[in-house]
Amino acid sequence: MNIEQQDFYTQAILSLAALVGLTSFLMLGQGRLLRLIFIFAMQGFLLTLTAALAAYSLDNPHLYISAALTLVLKVIFIPWMLRREVIQMNTHRDIEALHNKTTVMLGGASLMVFSYYVLNPVVQTTSPVMLNALAVSLSVVLLGMLLMISHRQAVAHVVGFMAIENGLFFAAIVATNGMPMVVELGVAFDVLVAAVLFGIFFFHIRTSIDSLDVDRLNRLHEVDK
Amino acid sequence: MIAAYLVLLIPFIGIVFFALAGHKADTGKLNVRFNAVCLLATVWLAINVLNQGTLLSSGKAFLIDPFNVYLIVLTAFVGFTTSIFSSPYMAHEKELGKLTDKRLRLYYSMYQGFMLAMYLVLTTNNMGVMWVAMEGATLATVLLVSLYRTPESIEAAWKYFILCGVGIAQALFGTILLYYAAVQVGDVENSLLWSVLYENASKLNPEILEIAFVFMLIGYGTKIGLVPLHNWLPDAHSEGPTPMSAVLSGLLLNDALYAVVRNKMLVDGASHSDMAGHLMMGFGMLSFLVAAFFLHRQKDIKRLFSYSSIEHMGIMTFAFGIGGPLATFAALLHMTVHSLTKSAIFVTVGHASQVAGTQSMEKIRGLIKTQPRIGWGLLIGTVAIAGFPPFGVFTSEFLVLLATMHSYPWLTPLLLLGIGIAFAGLFRHIQPMVYGNQPEGQLPVKANLWPVMIHLGLVLWLGLAIPGFLANWFSQATLLISGSTPL
Amino acid sequence: MNWLIAILQTLLFIVLAPLLAGWLKCCKCRLQNRKPPSLLQPYRDLIKLTSKQPVVAGQASWLFPIAPYLVFSATVLAATVVPLIAVDLPTSASADVIVMVGFFAFARFFLALAGLDIGTAFGGMGSSREMTISSLAEPAMLMAIFTLTMTASTTNLSVAINHVLNDGLILRPSFVFALFALILVAIAETGRIPVDNPSTHLELTMIHEAMILEYSGRHLALIEWASQLKLMLYGVLIANIFFPWGIAESFTAQALGYGLLAIMGKLAVLAIFLAIAETLVAKMRLFRVQEYLSFAYLLGLLGMLSHIILEASR
Repeated sequence: MNIEQQDFYTQAILSLAALVGLTSFLMLGQGRLLRLIFIFAMQGFLLTLTAALAAYSLDNPHLYISAALTLVLKVIFIPWMLRREVIQMNTHRDIEALHNKTTVMLGGASLMVFSYYVLNPVVQTTSPVMLNALAVSLSVVLLGMLLMISHRQAVAHVVGFMAIENGLFFAAIVATNGMPMVVELGVAFDVLVAAVLFGIFFFHIRTSIDSLDVDRLNRLHEVDK
Repeated sequence: MIAAYLVLLIPFIGIVFFALAGHKADTGKLNVRFNAVCLLATVWLAINVLNQGTLLSSGKAFLIDPFNVYLIVLTAFVGFTTSIFSSPYMAHEKELGKLTDKRLRLYYSMYQGFMLAMYLVLTTNNMGVMWVAMEGATLATVLLVSLYRTPESIEAAWKYFILCGVGIAQALFGTILLYYAAVQVGDVENSLLWSVLYENASKLNPEILEIAFVFMLIGYGTKIGLVPLHNWLPDAHSEGPTPMSAVLSGLLLNDALYAVVRNKMLVDGASHSDMAGHLMMGFGMLSFLVAAFFLHRQKDIKRLFSYSSIEHMGIMTFAFGIGGPLATFAALLHMTVHSLTKSAIFVTVGHASQVAGTQSMEKIRGLIKTQPRIGWGLLIGTVAIAGFPPFGVFTSEFLVLLATMHSYPWLTPLLLLGIGIAFAGLFRHIQPMVYGNQPEGQLPVKANLWPVMIHLGLVLWLGLAIPGFLANWFSQATLLISGSTPL
Repeated sequence: MNWLIAILQTLLFIVLAPLLAGWLKCCKCRLQNRKPPSLLQPYRDLIKLTSKQPVVAGQASWLFPIAPYLVFSATVLAATVVPLIAVDLPTSASADVIVMVGFFAFARFFLALAGLDIGTAFGGMGSSREMTISSLAEPAMLMAIFTLTMTASTTNLSVAINHVLNDGLILRPSFVFALFALILVAIAETGRIPVDNPSTHLELTMIHEAMILEYSGRHLALIEWASQLKLMLYGVLIANIFFPWGIAESFTAQALGYGLLAIMGKLAVLAIFLAIAETLVAKMRLFRVQEYLSFAYLLGLLGMLSHIILEASR
């Protein structure tokens, strides 16, 4: 089915999926923490748009609540918290040296291909649009993990963690028009608590190793040396 | 059904109460009482199930069937006995100046928070809520792991948080896929309810479900501590306060496995391949063997037993993976006896490390001379967990072996080898700690060993004879999971 | 008749280009709290420069005085390819977008040669930088354009715009990427901030201005005019491909008038955005330019991929 034959909602969802995927790639290659956080907020905003659009087109009012929650949590609260942390730690001028950025980017691209491959069976049951949306969200999840692997700053890890959550949220809206309300609220609550806990952790890590570089959290080993 | 609501309500009140009231001298005892009341509520619930069979709450939000009811009682029981142990233990830690009132307030409040999350995982009928509760359990315990605020404990907690958080996100993706498959066949409103899904399992798209299961296994498998997703587990167990290690090992791992098995039941209903089972067998066997080898290289006593937990979770996952009635029965039994034994061991380990003032095994020596009861407790606990007859662990491991010989005979040598290696790994460390020469500066502590004795007594009882009602539940659960009864 | 309109359109291009530059300057001044010069200031500058006698360095070869004419005429020829106020004109039908890129390359080639010709340090530096940037920008630009042409299955701009018009409003992920890529390329190619700063001769980092440092009088006027034309060309390209609504599809006076108004409005809005961007963003180091352009290339590539993956039939 060509895109011309799809309805406007599908077109919009596809465009948003592409943009969400793009923000994930941008985050992956970003060495500056403040920009990373900004892109993360952008991704959150795209998700808000997606949720609001889905709520409007599918006449599904409870998605408005999800949209509002996303806006408050992922566009405002979490970026604000991380930003404050970065500025307090005075790390906003540091550029994180990403070793072998090219490899990481290539790895990201192959993860995207991998997500398409994994979800290929889904396409038999539904339109290719769903496959795209699901594959993009899975690759956002996987790219979030790659982000955590390739960055050393705790703040970047939190961004990766939350980006994973973003990917899941996108999948939930697009594939199934949102999870049942109880679950959605529960997940939002978990995200909120996690964000607060991350704040507490930053404080603890800072006081214990005087830095937010998680490579320096290296006292525990698999086997004692 | 009121009993089920009560089971959830009591720990909730506990959270709020401990958070508001702050820590006082008798908070530890109050915590014991909360858990005792909760245990009574679960027993009442169990009697209800015994009389009426499977319970489904109105609105289908909660489901109590033979599979989870015994886990609920087990959870309440381990929670209760651990709280008995925790009260003097935490008081002692406070005397040593390691903890403050504020942190103890957090500890007791989150102890109840963890219990609530565990009950919610077990009782809920909604796969999404199950995920939320599972994540909630992580969030409740993550600050407890870093309770001592040492650099090591913060590192352990950070690892625990990140690894489990990322891992369990995969499970949510699996849940979304499951929901997606379900929405396509039936009504949207109830599509995440396990009971509805189970009834309609044969209509669900098998391919989507298989993909979903892979994600679920990775996600919840991180919580189970399956190799190679296990890195957080030894750290979190060794750096947190000992009562936390006891409940993490005894309860959290079980509940994560429970979630995987619930999903496996759906996948098995939808597809007729053994994909889910084989995956579980592979991961289980790998965890079992790797953990058995790692046992030899440990120096920290709590890390030693957390690797032993990984090993046993591996056996259970393997057994559920085999999937026949015998193996399933064995796995269910093993869940019970492992929980009881492992929490008992952590209790004695907690006392032992307080005696020696360290968790390093090289410095814990001659326990049987310093404080014989702790020494004997540790020795008997280790004997039990290593799978000596007549303890219950022997029975369940023997059944797993039988099932393996029956279905996959070529895996039997591996299994035997693993058990042997694990046995050697445990005893080379435990023997000098229990006997050995008593070094300077070991002080006997005020220890409450009743929980240990009760637990080990129960394990012994289960090894000799399984009581009728429990055997009945086990076989009903086996019927649910594997489709036929073992007896 | 059609040819007449085509010639008229090209003339409009040439005449309007300094106005766009003036408007852009005006917007920038307002944003920076300065008093803007008159909108017609670029015309006055051009007239003043034309009336002055050009000074040519003693060791300059024949290439130096001839280059401005070549550059200007190549740019004008490029302008004939791009539909400004109407589609289906014979000039745009006879050549496609690759020809346009070719004209640009031609103009740039002679400009770079002229920069080298005098043998001053600045000229050579400017030429080498210009070529570096354009070698990176061109693939990115072609990638973005190919994304569009794949959708319309033609490389002819006029036909492509018609295709977009006929389809009506369709949200295409590939267009979003291509749009961003094209904007980034346009900024680099026309020498705007953050790649180059058109309004100063004082920086060692200058690129375009370094090349033309030795020019004066009517030569300079032609080169300035050509670069204004190029800016407008990119603007029209972006405006008419992605937002073609308003362009004249028939050759009546009314339609053409609306077309003119529409394109002027679109360009005015684009210029405002460009002014805002130039005010907010600082010029980047030369060595970051390749990162910037490879990002543009990546966007173009993603646009093409998303066209294949997300939009094509299965």
